[in-house]
Amino acid sequence: MQPDRTLRWRSWSLGDLAKRVRPLWLHGDRLFWLLTVMAGLGILALVSGIGYELWVNSSLARRAFGWSFLLSSRWDPAIDQSFGALPFLQGTLITSAIALLVAVPVGVGAAVFLAELSPDWLRQPLGFLIELLAAVPSVVYGLWGLFAFIPVFLRPLAEALSRGAGFLPLFEGPVFGPSRLAAGLLLAIMILPIIAAVSRDVLRAIPVAQREAALALGATRWEVISQVLIPYGRSGLLGAVILGLGRALGETIAVTMVIGNNLDLTASLLHPGYTMASIIANEFTEATYDLYLHALIEIGLILFLVTLVVNLLARLLVWGVARRGPQEEARA
Amino acid sequence: MSDGRRLDLRKTVNVFMLGLAGAATLLAIVPLVWILVYIVRQGAPALSLDFFTHLPTPVGVPGGGILNAIVGSALTVGIGLAVAAPVAVLAAIYVASHPNTAMGLGLRFATDVISGVPSIVMGIFAYTLIVLPQRHFSALAGGVALGFIMLPVITRTTEEMLRLVPTSLHEGSLALGATSWKTYLAVVLPAAGNGLLTGVMLAVARAAGEAAPMLFTAFGNPFLNTNVENPVATLPHTVFVYANSPYDDWRAKAWATALVLITLVLAFNVSARLLVWWRTRRLGTVTL
Repeated sequence: MQPDRTLRWRSWSLGDLAKRVRPLWLHGDRLFWLLTVMAGLGILALVSGIGYELWVNSSLARRAFGWSFLLSSRWDPAIDQSFGALPFLQGTLITSAIALLVAVPVGVGAAVFLAELSPDWLRQPLGFLIELLAAVPSVVYGLWGLFAFIPVFLRPLAEALSRGAGFLPLFEGPVFGPSRLAAGLLLAIMILPIIAAVSRDVLRAIPVAQREAALALGATRWEVISQVLIPYGRSGLLGAVILGLGRALGETIAVTMVIGNNLDLTASLLHPGYTMASIIANEFTEATYDLYLHALIEIGLILFLVTLVVNLLARLLVWGVARRGPQEEARA
Repeated sequence: MSDGRRLDLRKTVNVFMLGLAGAATLLAIVPLVWILVYIVRQGAPALSLDFFTHLPTPVGVPGGGILNAIVGSALTVGIGLAVAAPVAVLAAIYVASHPNTAMGLGLRFATDVISGVPSIVMGIFAYTLIVLPQRHFSALAGGVALGFIMLPVITRTTEEMLRLVPTSLHEGSLALGATSWKTYLAVVLPAAGNGLLTGVMLAVARAAGEAAPMLFTAFGNPFLNTNVENPVATLPHTVFVYANSPYDDWRAKAWATALVLITLVLAFNVSARLLVWWRTRRLGTVTL
């Protein structure tokens, strides 16, 4: 008696459930939208997943060194198994700073030309070339940097700096080919297209009335640009610069090939150095024990958090200006 | 008189600064030209049919090619595409159809932020997900890392392309009684057809050039391999390894491989942009 009743109860319940649920799924629309939502959540999960995995897999290093990991310059996996990230933090900061110093004026200048001055027939081809520059793979930049850029351009420049300004700590010491300066200048070339392209979009998004009003008051074209457009698009331009910074901080292969991979903590730009990304690239497969691996992953974690914050900031700034702009394009 | 002087000064400053902006544009283009010319000059002599159809030879043995890297690149990029494309297209549909909701905006924002995560971090992520549990490097791990890199590219481009599809097409389909998902599959996605292709091609161009995450996921392999469970060589990784070697022969091969790589990447990138151009022009006439 008993099992029979259970069976009847259950089948009635399932039928009822089906009747209630069926209309919701009838045309497949619910399922379809559920799938799209799941895909969306998948993207959100990716961000948190990266953070979680890096956190968990760096636990040994975090426990062993704590905050001193950021302040210690001792990176000695072979003998006393002590790890500190200071040389890499320093290298990343220096190379990114050089990159920004060079790429911001040139990139914004190019953006001004593309957005304001270029004749119409030239605008698209030039923009196209600059976007192609962004598409060149990092390893190709590295190869070119190592065998063409350093011997042809950088060495003479470094020798001149060393001769003329060698008394400054920034340029002291012997001249090496691969150096922080080489990495910084190569990074400048690599982040230039992104700064130029985003700044151009920001400038294009500024209403024409702003330009016309200033021109009507008798401003020259340069005065329109410097006194109206650049202040108007200030936060967007800043966003473009920070976007470039984000790219410079995380750039790996090209930097690894031209920075010389050296742990010395000197101030000289002509000295070989190391960055966070390049130590990971160089030593990850050589990490023979867990603490070593965890220390490298902790550097990855720092890199992830820093680029996350930098990109959040940049996007907020760019969105504020260019969101309702005339041309919004996918930016990789 | 002094007013006239001031005007002259302003005009001079104007011409000078505008000239600087033009010079900056030229300066920005110089590296591209230099890189392309140099790579063609250095790489072309080492190219031959054998280079594409042979496996690498040991140092000192003449000949040899990069067949292993070509196959490996195709394999890992294919895996990346299989991982990223479905998720990216579905997410793009969500974002494009919920443009002003919190979730839609949040997703767009998240996509933008993900595209800024360094590729080497994506490599570490794939390493912890796949290589650590499996205890060996594999094409699969490399492919998944590339998938993470492709995801934001495809999502953003697809979303932009979906937005270009006129609302009237969408509404027409709904008014005829089609369900929402049928409208997307049969009307909106086909209308955005080569827009999807654009996103995929841009993503392939980006992923095919990534060397950093491959160092400790796909790892490299001098032999021909098509098994996703085994390590493979890829084109950018091969360039990296050969460029850092002390042998002239290998360096020549680095240039040749770089030439192959950059040709592939730029071909994908340029055709993707041509597609966009063609697409926006055609849709422009439709909406009129």
